[in-house]
Amino acid sequence: MTSWNIVIAASVICVALKAAGYLVPARAFEHPVVARIANLLTVALLSALIAVQTLGAGQGVQLDARVPAVLVAAGLYALKVPFVVVVIAAAAVAALIRLLT
Amino acid sequence: MADAAPGDPADEQSGRPVRPGRTAADTAALRAGLAVGLATTAYGVSFGALATLSGLDIWQTCFLSLVMFTGGSQFALIGVLASGGLSAGGAAITSAALLGTRNVFYSIRMAPLIGPGFWRRVAAAQLTIDESVAVATAQPTASAQRWGFWVTGVVIYLGWNLTTLLGALIGDLIGDVSAYGLDAAAAAAFLGLLWPRLKQRQTQAVAVGAAFVAALLTPVLTPGLPVLVAALVAIVVGGLNLFAKRAES
Repeated sequence: MTSWNIVIAASVICVALKAAGYLVPARAFEHPVVARIANLLTVALLSALIAVQTLGAGQGVQLDARVPAVLVAAGLYALKVPFVVVVIAAAAVAALIRLLT
Repeated sequence: MADAAPGDPADEQSGRPVRPGRTAADTAALRAGLAVGLATTAYGVSFGALATLSGLDIWQTCFLSLVMFTGGSQFALIGVLASGGLSAGGAAITSAALLGTRNVFYSIRMAPLIGPGFWRRVAAAQLTIDESVAVATAQPTASAQRWGFWVTGVVIYLGWNLTTLLGALIGDLIGDVSAYGLDAAAAAAFLGLLWPRLKQRQTQAVAVGAAFVAALLTPVLTPGLPVLVAALVAIVVGGLNLFAKRAES
C-alpha cells in the first residue's frame, strides 16, 4: 500500500460513516448496547494509542522522556489548562529531559 | 459551505412564529460555536506537524483535514503510521475507521435538526464532528441548535485546514522528531481527546484496560495491531455492561 492509498481509503471510510446517519434509518443503530460499545470503542482506542505512543519503540516497549511528559500533560488537563498549552508543555518537558540527559 | 445558510429563520421545529433575525438563544449559540471553534482550530497545528513527521507529505496531510475531517481518526491514522510505517497501513485504516464510528451516532442525532435538502445534508455530514454536535446539543431551542452546529462546524472546517497546512509546513522544516519532544506531544494530544470522556467508572475502566492490553501486546504483535486488539476491551465491557454503577440507558 502506498501512503496515498492509505490516506484515501481511510478518508473515504470516515466520510461514509458521517454520511451514514443522514442516509440510514436510525433504527439500525438505536440498540443501547450498540450505542454503548461505540462510545467505549472511542475510549479504548484513544487510550491504547496513548499507551503505544508513550511506551512503544518499534516492536518493543521503552521507558524514556515521553513518560514524564505525558504525566505532566495529565496533571495539566486535570487543572483544566487548554489543550494547545498542554500539548506544547508536554513537548517541552520531553525535549528538555532529552537535552539534559 | 456557502449553501449552509446558518440560522434559517423558518423555525418550524420549535413551533414558534417565524421571525427574522436572531433570538438571544441563537446569539448565545453563535458565541459558543465561535469559542469552541477557535480553541479547536489551534491544535490543527499539532496535527499538521505530527502528520508530516509520521511520513506523510504536505498534500496527504492536507487531504486528511479536507476530506477525512475528524480529529480522532486523523490522529489515529498518523499515530499508527508513525509507529508501524506503511506496512501497518491496514491497521492504520482500521483504527481511523473504528474511531470514526461515533460520527454515525452524531449524524443520526443531527439528521432531524438539519432537515431535508441534498446539499445541505452533504455539508452537514462533512461538518458532523465531536465539537459541532456538542455545541448543538447544548442549546435550548431548535433554531439555536442549528446555529451552534453550523457556526462551530464551519469555523472549525476553515480553521482546522488552515492550521493543518501551517503545521505541515513547520513539520516539514523540522528534521528530528524526538529532539523537539513531538512524539510526547502526540501522546499528550490523544490524552486531551480522551480526558473529557473519563467521567464515568465504566469509561475509566475501559481506558485503563485498553492501555494495559496495548502496552502488553506491543512487544508481541506487529505495530498497529495492539491498538486494534485493545478495542476488544470496549466490546467486552460494553457488551456485558461491566463496571456500570447503575443501569445506564
